[in-house]
This record gives sequence, C-alpha cells and structure tokens, in this order.
Amino acid sequence: MKIDLDTIKKISHLARLEFDAESADKMKKDMTQILDWVEQLNEVDTTGVEPLTTMSSEVNVMREDVTGEHLSHEAGLKNAPQRDADYFRVPKVLE
Amino acid sequence: MEKYLSFDDIKKSLENGETDCKAIVNYYLQKIQTKAHLNAFVEVYRDSALDQAAKVDEKISSGKAGKLAGMVVGIKDVLVYKDHEFNASSNILKGFKSQFTATAIQRLIDEDAIIIGRLNCDEFGMGSSNENTCHGRVLNAADESRVPGGSSGGSAVAVQANMCTVSLGTDTGGSVRQPAAFTGLVGTKPTYSRVSRWGLIAYASSFDTIGIFSRNVRDSALVMEVIAGPDNFDSTASRKPVPHYSELLHFGKRAKVAYLTETIESAALQPEIKANTLAVIDKLKQEGHQVEEVHFPLLKYVLPTYYILTTAEASSNLSRYDGVKYGYRSPNAHNLESMYKKTRTEGFGEEVKRRIMLGTFVLSASYHDAYFTKAQRVRRLIKEFTEELLNKFDYILMPTTPSTAFKFGEHSNDPVAMYLEDLFTVQASVSGVPALSLPNGTDNQGLPIGIQVMANSFKEAELYAFGNYLMELNSN
Repeated sequence: MKIDLDTIKKISHLARLEFDAESADKMKKDMTQILDWVEQLNEVDTTGVEPLTTMSSEVNVMREDVTGEHLSHEAGLKNAPQRDADYFRVPKVLE
Repeated sequence: MEKYLSFDDIKKSLENGETDCKAIVNYYLQKIQTKAHLNAFVEVYRDSALDQAAKVDEKISSGKAGKLAGMVVGIKDVLVYKDHEFNASSNILKGFKSQFTATAIQRLIDEDAIIIGRLNCDEFGMGSSNENTCHGRVLNAADESRVPGGSSGGSAVAVQANMCTVSLGTDTGGSVRQPAAFTGLVGTKPTYSRVSRWGLIAYASSFDTIGIFSRNVRDSALVMEVIAGPDNFDSTASRKPVPHYSELLHFGKRAKVAYLTETIESAALQPEIKANTLAVIDKLKQEGHQVEEVHFPLLKYVLPTYYILTTAEASSNLSRYDGVKYGYRSPNAHNLESMYKKTRTEGFGEEVKRRIMLGTFVLSASYHDAYFTKAQRVRRLIKEFTEELLNKFDYILMPTTPSTAFKFGEHSNDPVAMYLEDLFTVQASVSGVPALSLPNGTDNQGLPIGIQVMANSFKEAELYAFGNYLMELNSN
C-alpha cells in the first residue's frame, strides 16, 4: 500500500496530529514500509474464520450497584492544565 | 559484596536478626546512587520507602508482617501510585500525579512490600530498546554500549544491577521477556486477564499484561500469587482461583515439550542462541522428557497481526491525551481543535505518533476490513493453533529473542527491523497464554541469552515449576 501525502493529511487530521513537510514525508515512507510488510497477511486463507474480538473469558460480570468511594471534586481537577473552581477550562471552540 | 540477591536471602537475614527493612532499603538506595548512570530509575521514593520500611520493621517485631515483608520493588513508569508522579515516559504526561493506585501495586503494599521508585521505559510501552523515552535511554549493565531491551528496560536493569529485589514491568508483545533475556533475568508474562489492569496505562488493551522481573523463579511465583486475581475495578480480570505458585515449584513428572522448526531454523537467529537452545533440548531428552519438533507455518504472520491490532488499539487508547483534563497542554493553540492537535503533536514522541497514525489508518472506513478485521481473523488462527499445540504438549520451548542485546541506535532508522526484535515473544501475546524467559548462558561476547517457555492459559503453576526445573538443570 503506497501512502501519499494526501492520505497523511487525512489520517493526521483524524488522529489530531500535525506534520510539517519534512516529518510528513518521513511518515509517508515509514507507513508505506510498514503496511507493505503487514500485507503478508493476505497470504493467509481466512475463509470462514470469525474475527477474534475479545480475549478475556469473563463475560457479563455483574455486580450490585452500590454507593462507593469516588474521586473528590478537588482530586478530579488536580491535574487540570487550566481550571476554575468547578470546571476544566478549554479554549473557545469557535473563534 | 552483593547482598539481598533473592527474597529468600532477605527473609533469612531478617529472621536471624542480621538486618532490618531500613537497612535493606538503605542498601538498595546506595546501589541506586552508585549505578545512577544506568538511568534505570526515573524517580527514587527515598523518604516514602524508608517510612514504609520503618512500619514494616514494627510489624515484623510484633509478628504481624505480610508475606512480602522485606521485599523491595521498583515499578515501571506506566503503573500509577497514588500521590506520586508518573509519565509513561512521555512528555504529554509531564507533571501528572495519580489520584489512585494500581491494583497490582496496592496488593504488594498490602503484603508489606516496599516500593522504592519508578523505572524508565519506552514511551507508553512502545519500543524494544528503551530508546524512545522522555527520560533518556537506559544502559544495559552487562555492556553499557548496548540497549537493555524494551519496553520495560528500566525494570530489567534495576534488578540486573541489584537496585531492588524484584520489579514490575508490563508485557504487551514481549516487553518483559525480551529485556529479561537481554539482562540475564527471569521475566514473566502471565495469562491475559490473570492480573488486573487497573492502574496500568493502556497501550493495547487486548494484549496488555503486568509482568515481573526477578533473579529466580521462586520470587516471581511469590509476587504473582499476590498480584493475580479478580478485581472490582477490572471486569476483564479472571475470577479463576489463584494457586499458591511459590508452593508448587516441585517438578516431578515427565514433560511433553514442543519446539518450533520456524524459530530454531529462523535466518534471523544468532548461532550461539540456537546452540544454547538446542543444548537445553538435548538435556531434556537425556533426562527422559519427550521433546518433539513441530511446524508452525504461521510464525511469520504473528508480528504483522500484532502490529495491526496493537496500533489500532493504541490509536483509540491514546485519544484521551488531548490536553483537557491532565498532562501537557500546548501554549500555542488558538482554538479547541488546534489545542488538541498542537498538544498531541508536541507531547508525543515519534514512535508513538507513527503507531497512532498506523492505527488510525487501519481503523479508517476504507481500510478497516482489509487490515483490522483480517488481522483479527488471523489472530484467531494463531490462538487456536497455539492452544491446540498446548493441549498436546505441556510446554513450547523457543529462544526468547533472535539476537542478544544490540548497540544503541542500531535499529533507530528502520522501524520494521526494530519490530522484528519481538519475533518470538509475540506469539504468547497474540494468543493470550503465559510465558517465561529464563537465562540460558551467554554469547561469545558475554551477553546474556534467554530461553522462553510457554504454557496453556492459566497454567502459571506448571510454567513456574518447569521454569524452576530448567534453571536447576542448566546450573548442573
């Protein structure tokens, strides 16, 4: 799979990352190389094989809904880069 | 002279009254200082470790001490410990102080283990050399011009250089076993879901496990029986009973062991590693065990499967680092979207970005089926093959790594070459089964070699007993 700069642009937007011209070029090369390598999987016949989607053998682990200890408001906000008394603060969505 | 090389040593010294926990902690603190240039520790909890030691000493004198009293443990920088900073070796988590403690760490503390500090690793556990870290690279004490392996490189070197009794690492594709092999230690990856992942910073959630570095099998078995088991904070954690592994180490039966042609005949395998692996196979045969060569034609597909699935899971798990609630926030943003983008672009290292990009790509609408779903199908084939083989045989034996510790920078410009370091360790991760890496001699340059044993899911007791037996066999 040859990755072009247009794809890098689309995927980096989805991943909320930015690349300048030089790093986009390197990412393009690296991703092309890695995807060429993983495409070996196409040699494996998986007709009729269900995708494996869970690894734990525990299913539907139920418990009573009981009041327990929770993070305090203050502890929850402790690591905030920017906050006021009650909320996390972020820049404006629209300028 | 080196002291406290095993927990049995420590217990004996404590029982004889030759030492106390404070003296043990001070001994390790001294070692940490002398070996500071190895860069294994990111932070040393000097004061809280000495406080904890004083408390445990009191408990010992009043006869109320837990079963890990006197054990000093280092923890990888991806496991959280309340009121202590942790970074997952990433600039994006600089300054983060956890509000809670990982279940595995809490269980160690509850049995009176002493936590001495946190240990360097590859950023978010992504790497095989401990070179991708905001804390600077870690040196291998066997040869300081070489990598210790990764991602839990600091956890390996901390035990290798005797800066703590045992350490916790995490193993997603070999991140405990590969560095254990590179540093001459015992490295354990349990069955997926055997140990709660609460407080383990997620990289790839369907692969992540907490593993253990130790000098001998017994210490690992003891730690595993303490940290394993169900947890209200992790609904995937298995509710199967946890045996007392450390009391089940006697191995008295004839084992059925398989080894895989594709590993032993791999072109990438260093000749001395091949020779030492075959030597173990010969010894087992001489001792009357049944050892058979088996084909595993899917071997070359295990790593590509692993990389598609883990990058996909990582791209999803790491979406939480957006600069809103914790960690780094870029000062260069002008609106919300640019805050997300600049924070992530400035905060993540190169390998992490590469994996997020790949993961986002394989999950994107046009490519989801061709890459992600395909890899999930191949994963089923690999898991079923491995489990069926382990129904016929008690153990699978193979080298832990294709080569011994490599030089710094050797694979830095070629991501695929670095990924191939995990060639033999990913099978257990893709299949979810437990595996041990044990020391198996050295190569021509004196660098440690590892041998890996895999067993079927939840057969940790059998795995430890056989591992212990192999260590004894190798020391004869």
